Amino acid sequence: MAEFHTAPAGAGPAQKMLTWVDNRFPLSKLYNDHLGQYYAPKNFNIFYVFGSLALLVLVMQILTGIFLTMHYKPDAAKAFESVEYIMRDVPWGWLVRYMHSTGASAFFIVVYLHMFRGLIYGSYRKPRELVWLFGCGIFLCLMAEAFMGYLLPWGQMSYWGAQVIVNLFAAVPFVGPDLALLIRGDYVVGDATLNRFFSFHVIAVPLVLLGLVAAHIIALHEVGSNNPDGVDIKATKDASGHPVDGIPFHPYYTVHDIYAASVFLFIFSAVIFFAPEGGGYFLEFNNFIEANPLKTPAHIAPVWYFTPYYSMLRATTDLMVNILAAILALAAVLGILRGGLSARGKVAIAVAAIVAVFLLKTFDAKFWGVVVMGGAVLILFVLPWLDRSPVKSIRYRPGWHKYVYGVFVAFFLVLGYLGSQPPSATGNTISQVGTLVYFGFFLLMPWWSRVGSFKPVPSRVTFAAH
Amino acid sequence: MSEQKIDGGKRTWIIASGCAGAVGAGFVAVPFVSSFEPSERARAAGAAVEVDISALKSGEKMTVEWRGKPVWIVKRTPEQLASLPKLDSKLADPASKRKPDELTPPYARNEDRSRSTRPEILVVVGICTHLGCSPSDKFVPGPQASLPDDWAGGFLCPCHGSTFDLAGRVYKDKPAPDNLEVPPHMYLSDSRLLIGEDKLA
Repeated sequence: MAEFHTAPAGAGPAQKMLTWVDNRFPLSKLYNDHLGQYYAPKNFNIFYVFGSLALLVLVMQILTGIFLTMHYKPDAAKAFESVEYIMRDVPWGWLVRYMHSTGASAFFIVVYLHMFRGLIYGSYRKPRELVWLFGCGIFLCLMAEAFMGYLLPWGQMSYWGAQVIVNLFAAVPFVGPDLALLIRGDYVVGDATLNRFFSFHVIAVPLVLLGLVAAHIIALHEVGSNNPDGVDIKATKDASGHPVDGIPFHPYYTVHDIYAASVFLFIFSAVIFFAPEGGGYFLEFNNFIEANPLKTPAHIAPVWYFTPYYSMLRATTDLMVNILAAILALAAVLGILRGGLSARGKVAIAVAAIVAVFLLKTFDAKFWGVVVMGGAVLILFVLPWLDRSPVKSIRYRPGWHKYVYGVFVAFFLVLGYLGSQPPSATGNTISQVGTLVYFGFFLLMPWWSRVGSFKPVPSRVTFAAH
Repeated sequence: MSEQKIDGGKRTWIIASGCAGAVGAGFVAVPFVSSFEPSERARAAGAAVEVDISALKSGEKMTVEWRGKPVWIVKRTPEQLASLPKLDSKLADPASKRKPDELTPPYARNEDRSRSTRPEILVVVGICTHLGCSPSDKFVPGPQASLPDDWAGGFLCPCHGSTFDLAGRVYKDKPAPDNLEVPPHMYLSDSRLLIGEDKLA
């Protein structure tokens, strides 16, 4: 327990008040730990604004969501109409709704860039594994929010998108159909589904999300921010115990982030006012038709931020399962011949591989598609333990590593594009290659991340005063 | 406090009461999880639907709603019926042997998947067995977009490209694993079809 402090003689009423509060609640301590005395590396570049921007968008989504809830009706018979009512009759309702629906896309743009920053500068490496894990949890929550929120307008895309995704769960062996029934609350997507998705979207998931955001920030401020050089700034401190290469978050980075927020809001406003539907990518045109359980739209695709994963789902056909089985067998043979394992280890690998190949061939490709789709997201959680490179930042990695990241990002974008297009034979082949590249990038990382000649990491960050 | 000795007896009882609490929490979770199940009203809504098929012409399809799902009734032409057995080699499950209890009632486990009294009438749930989209009609044979050149007429799912023949049987190497579901159905008279029930109580 902290000692009881008294305000110095001659202190003004504000300082006396603060002292009174500080004796009862750690207000100054919280402020100093997270803003005033939180030392962040001075060499942050533009990639470091997306964390603050994500927080800004989160606040915006919560605020606009509260106002939308005042007019929206979570009832299959009224939902579509109530959204139209918000758009046409509620004063400024269209703006609040567009801020929320376009905000969802903005959230994913900002978060994908934030994750890419972490990926290239090694922000998930020791001691920031938990920061990364909480972040992955936030990403999962965002996906759940986006998916369930998309059902609420009860348009054609809402309905059939939810139908397809809920049926993914039905592909799980043995318990699948019951699980899907439990999620829908009815034999088809209907009123019960809409009502529970509303409940999850407005209260259950946001509560978890806020908790994870708090954990993400607390963990980050405990270990300190990484930086583009991947240098530990706490290793070099001045006489007062502050990192030489650090500057207090406030005022330096608050001003920096407010500037970024202004630029972001310029762009965001332009989209809201001039292209709120984002050409059918942010709000799909079919969603302006009310849900019809008897007619699937000619082309259904998820919203853009899910399309890379959707492509992987579609890519998992019987042929792909055979390829996966072959790769698995090859990996097992290599592991046995070259792994340098004991006899027991070799037998274990052989048995595991045989069981895995047997399972691959036993269950439907449909189930494996779901596994691939889920695995593509969940594999992010183990990234801190896959990367074995001796340096954190891409700046000091071998030059060819940049191409590896480049190929990975390019295929991710191509998968995203293909997922928004109708299925085609060529597209499917490319998606299959893309899926293998995506998983290869992560699963082979323990090997490729160690190969090549690494550049020496400086002891201080590279920074030119400006 | 670090110097205190651990009292083994107390520790055992703390663990035991913790376990008892967990069991209680498990029981409390039951009503909450159960509330996710379909309500009694949703269960009751599965009544059979009676349809008048007298106006259905040869080569046409009509759609009715049963348990919230689209049910298709297709009256096939004699040529279409005759073409069905020729497709067997291209189909994943031509004789409807997979999951017969769920997908195909005993009287429909044949080439045309219909009751023997009205072989030309196909009654299937129009929901793709892949991920639940509703396939579109592609009755016209011959080459066309998204379909093979030797297309014999049938259905195409717009979501993931699964194809079905005019008996709702799925083609090989498609995302959908199973044939379309044939719901229980029976003819009350020449023009009246009952969907959802196949024997009078």
